[in-house]
Amino acid sequence: MNPALQGLITIIIGVGGCVGYFYGANLFLDKVLFKPEGPNAGRNINRANQIRPWLFLLPAIIALGLYLAYPVFATLRLSFLERLPGNQYAFVGFDNYTKMFAEPKFMEALRNNVLWLVVVPAAATGFGLLAAQLTDRLSWGNIAKSIIFMPMAISFVGAAVIFKLIYEARPEDVAQIGILNHLYLLFGGDAPVQWLQVPFWNNFFLMAVLIWIQTGFAMVILSAALRGIPEETVEAAIIDGANPFQIFFKIKIPQIMSTIVVVWTTITIATLKVFDIVFAMTNGQWETQVMANYMYDKLFRANDWGMGSASAMIIMLMVTPILVWNVYNARKEMQ
Amino acid sequence: MDAMAGRKPAVVWALNISVVLLVALWLFPTLGLFISSFRTGDQITASGWWSALFPAEQTLQIRAADPDDNRVDLGNGRFMVEGNIFDGQGFEGEMNSWGTSSRNLGAFAPGDTNDLGDGETFTLNADGTYVWEGNDDQISGRAQRLFIEVTSPPDFTLQNYNFVLFDENNSEGMAKAFFNTLTVVIPATIIPILIAAFAAYALAWMDFPGRAILIAIVVGLLVVPLQLALIPLLSLHNAIGIGKGYLGVWLAHTGFGLPLAIYLLRNYMVGLPRDIIENAKVDGATDFQIFTKIILPLSFPALASFAIFQFLWTWNDLLVALVFLIDASGQTTVMTKQIVELLGTRGGDWEILATSAFVSIAVPLAVFFAMQKYLVRGLLAGSVK
Repeated sequence: MNPALQGLITIIIGVGGCVGYFYGANLFLDKVLFKPEGPNAGRNINRANQIRPWLFLLPAIIALGLYLAYPVFATLRLSFLERLPGNQYAFVGFDNYTKMFAEPKFMEALRNNVLWLVVVPAAATGFGLLAAQLTDRLSWGNIAKSIIFMPMAISFVGAAVIFKLIYEARPEDVAQIGILNHLYLLFGGDAPVQWLQVPFWNNFFLMAVLIWIQTGFAMVILSAALRGIPEETVEAAIIDGANPFQIFFKIKIPQIMSTIVVVWTTITIATLKVFDIVFAMTNGQWETQVMANYMYDKLFRANDWGMGSASAMIIMLMVTPILVWNVYNARKEMQ
Repeated sequence: MDAMAGRKPAVVWALNISVVLLVALWLFPTLGLFISSFRTGDQITASGWWSALFPAEQTLQIRAADPDDNRVDLGNGRFMVEGNIFDGQGFEGEMNSWGTSSRNLGAFAPGDTNDLGDGETFTLNADGTYVWEGNDDQISGRAQRLFIEVTSPPDFTLQNYNFVLFDENNSEGMAKAFFNTLTVVIPATIIPILIAAFAAYALAWMDFPGRAILIAIVVGLLVVPLQLALIPLLSLHNAIGIGKGYLGVWLAHTGFGLPLAIYLLRNYMVGLPRDIIENAKVDGATDFQIFTKIILPLSFPALASFAIFQFLWTWNDLLVALVFLIDASGQTTVMTKQIVELLGTRGGDWEILATSAFVSIAVPLAVFFAMQKYLVRGLLAGSVK
């Protein structure tokens, strides 16, 4: 069968099954289980209405429970086990963790991840704020914003190809096709550099990809926040003789501080999970390993589920403060 | 607030220039890939993509036609070869100057006659036609070599796209991966929307015990890294017989996309006017009717923004596809995986890499520009609240 046709049929079955569940379950509740007629009509309607929310929620609860909540505990369990031949497991306590912390590659991944966590959210939020403020009053500001926002639609893998072309280095005697080396030679560099193979600094060349992608996100959110600032506060500052820098740093920034925090944490989470960029560009070579790629290496290349799960738990541990903070804020807001 | 009106022109200029620089910095990377995808491999390695937009000056080394086959006897021991130097070169452009050895590069203008000594002459015209005259000895053996300085106009080709998308002999083509990606993306976008819409309605407008806790759980799950889910879920899929395949990847994308979907849609639905829903209830509408006839149509903007998020995320995903979809046979490979493969096997073939990458980028970019309004709205609803 033609693969396109096969795809189409599976799509119809998948989506149709989903629609069918909601329609059918609702019909079953009203027409079979608790008919709103006869002597118990009133009680039946009440019962049906008690059950209905759970009917609506059931698929979501199953999916969330199975695909997000259960794995947290299963991974935690796996991180204390060692897989033996024949699908057997042995409890090894914290062995996986101690072995992992003794590995130089893990410490490298941890160091790099911390570096990413410091640089990327700061740079993306900073550039985003700059772009939001600069384009705010420009006649062609919306076009500029569109272009800065555009990388958001580009996959990490696509962006990896884009930046590999930028970092491309070719022998000294032929034309450079990577713009970075072209500019480097133009401004007095002696020889083309393999940018992705320069230890330590290559991390920053990888981070540039994520900063490039995330800046647009920061800009869009911060731009909306800047527009939400009450005009009177800025007008009052102008009348008091504040210069544009004072207005920006002393009047505007404090008023959008909570939004900056939200943007910062959102980008932090994206940074923590960064995998594709490193996987596609260096695969952790030349001291560019990060946690997510280290974990992938352990799970699927070394087939070491214990250490792989242990490293996944480290990522979870780093996310937890943000998780708690988000839940706390959401609950506060709902009350 | 509008300080612009009172600003000095110099400040306005500085502002415009800095935004132009910023935009250029953000646009050029993609532009480089885009332009490279329309150049042949030779062109890409010969010069940077930034020079492809302008006429390029280069020196061509071409030989005249083989004299032993092509010479015409003029009598008196004189022979002549006539022809067009650009025949078979596929060349378009303008000749600036020419020479007959590397020592007299650019010595002659088009139309000039070069005296090669002992009565041997060579005349080359701007259109490439030439006349080479001399005696029997001179017009034989190796043909005369020419160094021609030319300016060629920007030259772009669609052959890369043809090769990557339509060439049946290209085992590394993107056509199959494109359809596989589409097969992953469409259900993985629609199914979570359906499930989340019902759940969001229940969490927004139905009263039941435990609602607040459920909402808190959804908010908490928003940030759980999907890395944790890989091994437990792959074991689960293997245990219940799904294994690696489309069904597994749809379920995984559904699970991972749900927290954001429920969160976005609930936030939006809570803001819908209470009167409409209560009036409908008074008129005897059931929850199911209220949901399908009132809430769903009114929630279109929120549905659209989540649909775009989920579409972009599933289209661009690599990790979930690697773990849950792509098996050893490679029949179900998606575009992101295909590009990573190409980066390994065809690392230097930028025409293939750039074109393949652009094929995978083009669809999300089109969606992005067409639906930007909804994307922005969704972002604002998803993070500021």
